[in-house]
Amino acid sequence: MIGFFDQIFVLLQHWIVSFLPAAWQSAAGVLLAVVAIICLFPALFALTTVFERKGIARIQNRLGPNRVGPYGLLQPIADGIKSLTKEDIVPMSADAAVHFLAPVVMVVAVFMGFAVLPMGRNMVLVDMDAGLLFYFAIGASAELAVFMAGWSSRNKYSLLGAMRAVAQMISYEVPLLLSGVTVVMITGSLSLTKIVAAQNHYSYGLPHWYIFTPWGCAGFLMYAIAATAESNRSPFDLPEGESELVAGYHTEYSGFKFALFFLGEYLAMFSISGLGTTLFLGGWSAPFSFLNWVPSWIWFFSKLMLSIFVFIWLRGTLPRLRQDQLMNFAWKFVLPMCLLNLFVAAAWRFMGDGWLRWVVCSAVLIAAYVTLGWSEMHRGKIGPRSYRYAE
Amino acid sequence: MSIVFYVLTTITVMGALAAMLLKNTVHCALALSVVFAGLAFLFMSLDAQYAGWAQVLVYIGAVAILVVFAILLTKGSETPKDGVFSRTWFVGLVIAAGVFAVLGWAVMGSMKALPQLTAVPQVTNLDIGNALVGRYVLPLEIVAVLLTAAMIGAVIVAIHEKEGQK
Amino acid sequence: MLGEGIIKGLAETARNFFGSYFFAERLTTVEYPEERIAPFEAARVFPFLVFDGTDALAGLRCTSCQICEKECPPKCIYIEKSKDKKPDYVGRMQFYPARFEIDIAVCMSCQICVEVCPFESIKMNTEFELATTDRFGGLLLDRDQLAKPNSYYQKIHPAEAATVDARLGEEKAKFAAKVKATSDAAAAKSAAKALEGANG
Repeated sequence: MIGFFDQIFVLLQHWIVSFLPAAWQSAAGVLLAVVAIICLFPALFALTTVFERKGIARIQNRLGPNRVGPYGLLQPIADGIKSLTKEDIVPMSADAAVHFLAPVVMVVAVFMGFAVLPMGRNMVLVDMDAGLLFYFAIGASAELAVFMAGWSSRNKYSLLGAMRAVAQMISYEVPLLLSGVTVVMITGSLSLTKIVAAQNHYSYGLPHWYIFTPWGCAGFLMYAIAATAESNRSPFDLPEGESELVAGYHTEYSGFKFALFFLGEYLAMFSISGLGTTLFLGGWSAPFSFLNWVPSWIWFFSKLMLSIFVFIWLRGTLPRLRQDQLMNFAWKFVLPMCLLNLFVAAAWRFMGDGWLRWVVCSAVLIAAYVTLGWSEMHRGKIGPRSYRYAE
Repeated sequence: MSIVFYVLTTITVMGALAAMLLKNTVHCALALSVVFAGLAFLFMSLDAQYAGWAQVLVYIGAVAILVVFAILLTKGSETPKDGVFSRTWFVGLVIAAGVFAVLGWAVMGSMKALPQLTAVPQVTNLDIGNALVGRYVLPLEIVAVLLTAAMIGAVIVAIHEKEGQK
Repeated sequence: MLGEGIIKGLAETARNFFGSYFFAERLTTVEYPEERIAPFEAARVFPFLVFDGTDALAGLRCTSCQICEKECPPKCIYIEKSKDKKPDYVGRMQFYPARFEIDIAVCMSCQICVEVCPFESIKMNTEFELATTDRFGGLLLDRDQLAKPNSYYQKIHPAEAATVDARLGEEKAKFAAKVKATSDAAAAKSAAKALEGANG
C-alpha cells in the first residue's frame, strides 16, 4: 500500500501506455512523462510567483496580493491573462529573427534540464550515465539565449544587461561545476540516480546525505551561492536590476515573450534547486528512516519548495551586489573555497571511516573560511576612486 | 547511414554554410553554435555520450560565447562596407582544399589501420576517466599548463592595460 | 566574520515574516476601500462653501467679495456677483455669488483662498473620491455642488469649526447689541420727543 503511493505515477504511466500497441509503448511512455513535466512545472511556477509576492510582502510588513482569489492564490491567472493580451511590441530596428528565438531557446534549454532530475524512486525521465554533465551542458546553452535577447534588442541598456548577465553566469559556472564535481568524486558516478542511491542509506536513523558531511556542507553553501547567481536572483540580480537597467536584457520584450523569460528564469531556479537537492540533500530520500512510508516524490518536492523558500527569503533580505563586487566574490572567495573543498573531499575519502576525518576536514574548512573571509573583508582600501573608461 | 545521420549532417552543413555566407557577424556566430550542436548530436548518435555533452558544454557554453564577446568588443558587429567575401578567395579555396585533402588522407589511412569492428565498443565514463589519468595523463597535464598560461597571459594583458592607462 | 551580517539579516526578516502573522500591529496596510483611515483635523483636499442653517442659498456666507478669486495662484475660481442683495448671518444685506465655480483639475489645494476669506465662507473639504468619467465638465464644481452645511464643517474639522462658530457668534452678539443700543437710543429719543411734544 505504501509502495503503491510511492510508485503511483509510474503505475499510472504503465497503465495508460498499456492501451497502445507494443511498438509504440516506450515512446508513448516517454511522451507522457514529458507532458507531465511540461504541465507540472509551469503550474508550480504560477504558485511560486504568488508565494514570492506574498512572502516578500510579509517580510516587508505588508500584505501581498489578496484580491484575486482566497489569499490571492488566483493572482497568476490574472497575470497570465494580462501577459497574453498585451501587445507584442518588437522594436523596428531590432533583429526580428534573433529577437523571436531568444525566449524560445531559453525556455527549451531550461525545460531540457528537467529530463535528468530524479523526482522520486524510478521517476527520472532519462536515466543517463552522464546525467550531471548533460545538466551543466544545457545550463551553459541558456546563457547564449540571454546574450541573444540582449543583443537583438538593439538597445544599449539591454546589451549592457546581457553582457553583465553572461559575465556573471560564466563566472559562477565554475564554482557550480566544481561543487558538483566534488559530489561526483565521492560517489564515483556522473549519473544522478546513482548519486541519490548513494545517499539513501541510514545509520542510527540519520541519513547519509552529503550535506551532513563537512565537505558536503561547504559544497552545498558554494553551490547555493553559485545557483543564486546562475539564475540571476537577488542578491545577484544586477542584470535585471529594475532600478538600474530598466529590465536589463528583457527590456524590449512585452507581453507573452516577457512572460516566457520570466517562466524561464523561475524554471531555471526550480531545476537548479532540484539538482542541488539531488546532489546534496539526498534527492527523494526521507530525512529519517522511520519516515520512509511517505512517498519519495513528496520528499523531493518538499525539499524543492524549501529551497525556493530560501531563495525568496534571500531576496527579501539582501541588497544587490554590484557587478565588480560579485565578480570579486566569485573569483576570489567562492572559487578558492571550491578548490579547497575538492582537496578536503579527497582527504575525507582517503582517511577512512572514523571521527578523525570529521575533525580534520571541518577544521580545515572552517579555518579556510575564516581566513579567506577576513582577508576579503579587510582588503578594501578607502581612497579616491579611479575610473576606467571603455575604449 | 540512418535517417538520423542524414538529418544531423544536413543541419551541420547548413549551419556551416550560414556561418560562412551571412552578412551579420553575430548571425554567423549563432549559426556556428548550430554547427556545434549538430556535431554534438552526431557524437551522441555514435554512442559517445560523454564526448557529445562535453562538446555542448565547452563549445556552445564557452567557445560560442567567447566568439560572440570577441565580435562585440571589437567592431565586428557592423556590416563591412565592401562585402563579406574577400578578394583573395582563390588562394583561400586552394588552402581549404589542401587542408581537406590532408585530413581526408589521415582519416582514410586510419580506417585502413583499424580492424573492422563488428560491435560498437562500450566505453563508459569510468573508462574515459581511467584513460585520462592513466594512459593520457601527460597530454592532460600539458593541456592544463597551456590553459593556465593562457589565463595568466590574459590577466597580465589586462593589468598592463590598466597600468598603461594610469 | 564573513557572513555574520547575512545571518543577522536573515534572522530579522524571518522575525518579520512570522511576526506579521501573529502580531497584527506589524502590518500597517489599510485595505482600501473596505477599510479607511479616519481623516484628521488638518486634512485638506479641495475647497467648499459653508452655509448656515438648512437653506443653501439663504444661509450662504459668501458675499462674493472676489478676494479668493484674485488671490488664487492657478486662478481656478470663477465668481459672478449677483445683482440683488440678501441678508447674511447677522442681518446685514450683502451680495451673493450668482455663479461660483472651482475647477478641481486646476486647484492645487494651497488653502490661500481659505486664509484670505474675511467671511469664513470658503473652507477645505476632505473628500477625495471625486473621480469622474466626464473629463471637462465633471471636474468643474459649481455653487450648488460646493455648498455644504455648517454641520458638515463641524463634522470634518471640529476644532476649527468651533473657533469659527465662536467668532461668528461674538460678531452676531456685538451686532445685535449695537442694533439694540441704536434702537433703544432711537426709542428713547422718540419717547423723549413725544414727551416734550405732549408737554409743550
